[in-house]
Amino acid sequence: MKKEPHIGLFIPCYVDQFYPQVAIATLELLEKLGCKVSYPLGQTCCGQPLANAGYERDTEGSSLHFIQLFEEFDYIVAPSGSCVLHVKEHFPNHPGKEKSAKSIQKKIFELTEFLTDVLKVENLKGTFQKKVGYHSSCHGLRGLRLASSSELNIPHFNKAKQLLTNLDGLEWVELSRSDECCGFGGTFAITEEALSVQMGKDRLADHLSHEVDVLTGGDLSCLMHLEGIAKREGQKVEFMHIAEILNQAIR
Amino acid sequence: MSHPKAATEFLKDQANSQWHDETLWMIRDKRDASSKSIPEWEELRNLASEIKDNVLSNLDKYLEQFEAQALKNGIKVHWAKDAKEHNEIVLSILQEKNCEAIVKSKSILTEECHLNPYLEKQGIEVVDTDLGERIVQFLQQPPSHIVMPAIHLKKRDISALFHDKLQTEKGNEDPSYLTNAARLHLREKFLASKVAITGVNFGVAETGEFVVCTNEGNADMGVHLADVHIACMGIEKIIPRRKDLGVFLRLLARSATGQPITNYSSHFRSPATGKEIHLVLVDNGRTRQLAREKFKNSLKCIRCGACMNTCPIYRRSGGFSYGSTVPGPIGSILSPGLDMKKYSTLPFASTLCGSCSDVCPVKINIHEQLYEWRQEITKHHGTVGKGLSMKLASGIFKSPLAYQFSGSLMRKVIKSLPESVIYNPLNIWGKSRDLPKAPKESFQDWYKRNRHE
Ligand code: SF4
Repeated sequence: MKKEPHIGLFIPCYVDQFYPQVAIATLELLEKLGCKVSYPLGQTCCGQPLANAGYERDTEGSSLHFIQLFEEFDYIVAPSGSCVLHVKEHFPNHPGKEKSAKSIQKKIFELTEFLTDVLKVENLKGTFQKKVGYHSSCHGLRGLRLASSSELNIPHFNKAKQLLTNLDGLEWVELSRSDECCGFGGTFAITEEALSVQMGKDRLADHLSHEVDVLTGGDLSCLMHLEGIAKREGQKVEFMHIAEILNQAIR
Repeated sequence: MSHPKAATEFLKDQANSQWHDETLWMIRDKRDASSKSIPEWEELRNLASEIKDNVLSNLDKYLEQFEAQALKNGIKVHWAKDAKEHNEIVLSILQEKNCEAIVKSKSILTEECHLNPYLEKQGIEVVDTDLGERIVQFLQQPPSHIVMPAIHLKKRDISALFHDKLQTEKGNEDPSYLTNAARLHLREKFLASKVAITGVNFGVAETGEFVVCTNEGNADMGVHLADVHIACMGIEKIIPRRKDLGVFLRLLARSATGQPITNYSSHFRSPATGKEIHLVLVDNGRTRQLAREKFKNSLKCIRCGACMNTCPIYRRSGGFSYGSTVPGPIGSILSPGLDMKKYSTLPFASTLCGSCSDVCPVKINIHEQLYEWRQEITKHHGTVGKGLSMKLASGIFKSPLAYQFSGSLMRKVIKSLPESVIYNPLNIWGKSRDLPKAPKESFQDWYKRNRHE
């Protein structure tokens, strides 16, 4: 990369509050890869939960705040496909701020795609001696196209897999249903509780039947949902965000 | 019943809902294999989508061309602005022919117009001749799927039903035995019927002909034995040219069941000597949908059912949970256009996973339209609010989960409260899921301590 671009770290609200270790891993990982990263203080929720619940029009304040916080950076990186997709596609119109909004939508990246597409990381040197199941979160998969979805007849690719399979000792697991939804879905997790839980159980069972040691993914909302079910069922499987695996592996 | 309630009911029978999920997943699998055997699959989808876009932007022109050609071919053309008019037109034809019993091959449009109960009230016997349709008709149920109307039933249910209705051997579940019994039963009906009704899959503007796709050949059988053929067609079923059929026929069956083509793709162009063809062109809300910029391309649908088979919600909640003629993802974007209040929970019966949009052969952006319907429905919160489920209405919208999760206050609350009194949404969350452990400090606090100058 030329001239040391400045990266703004975007940490979604629930990650900030519940998974600080993932935010730390993201920061450390980017720094290890030679990036100059800052975390602008005063970040709030990007507005996704409200928008997906049908109240996009009430997210004007939060999105304007977001634009102001991140405008100055060359890139914005977040360890969440779902929040990045929201910024890209569902920010409401801000008269007079169209240009800033457009530029933000162009320079925001989900962590793994930032590594593969911008940093063009090709061979990460690291070790992770575990059998890993990867949960392809839908917004990252079909929204950001972080991997080829199973429905399409296009050449196969998967950015997370590309990164993870670099690591020595890591055993990548192919699931029976490679990219079915886990049933989190934001407010869906509450309003359609029964379905949400059933979908989560089914997704978890796919991973467990392949005897994974670690269940990972790029979106903590899905992982939180799956882990919540696993814990309640007393399952032993470990949950890690992909940033944690990568950061731990490349010491 | 709201979707969440119906889904919760459906899920109570765990074994059955698992069976339902797996059965439909198998069909999705077949669709995958079949679509992947065609290298130009995505190109075909693009083409189909563009052809349909063109049709929707020029629908008036194509309809007039279609009508003119059909009239030239000797077809009688009727226009119906809504379901009521459609039903009245069909009835008037039947009355003119003194017809008291008809056979009908599968048509979602007549289902949408509730034609069967209407005709039955007038003393006319209606026999659905598609096997699956006949089964649900015996049970006085609506179809639970647009391609496989009886997909919610098991062999054992059908065996019991046929024992009751068609006097088949008790406990004989052999599919060919049961199918044969249905065939003999239907044959009598076919022979006795002077009028046959079919749906229409594609109307070709250029030639005035129309195409009906079935796997059982029941549309042809009905039409050939009857004197009068009434074809009921939604106005969006137009395609411009005969050669466009190649695109759609290749996509339709592969998307629907994984077959390379439907067993019968029957072309109807003009009536045989001494016979009549009536074509009823139906609007019933379609022009209204066409006027809605964000939702108009839902009219591109060719009713393949693939979005149902792939939908993780549909598979686990069943077709009836939607309470609409067309269930599943496409139903959830069509139905609110017909009655926003009644169908207000449907656009929320989704995680917006987007599988429907990727599987759709005409590339309808189904999940994006679900999102857009949510924005519309909440605007009318006051008026449609009562149609929303209690959970939706209880203010979760105003304070969604993530907002509850965010803020250090919530972290402290979760820490200090006993599990049983945790705030409502978290309570629902916690029924079958543990909550994440609240960490000592937020990232923001950590950052301030460790990195901030
Ligand atoms: S919306 Fe698309 S996938 Fe669903 S039934 Fe219609 S054509 Fe098929």
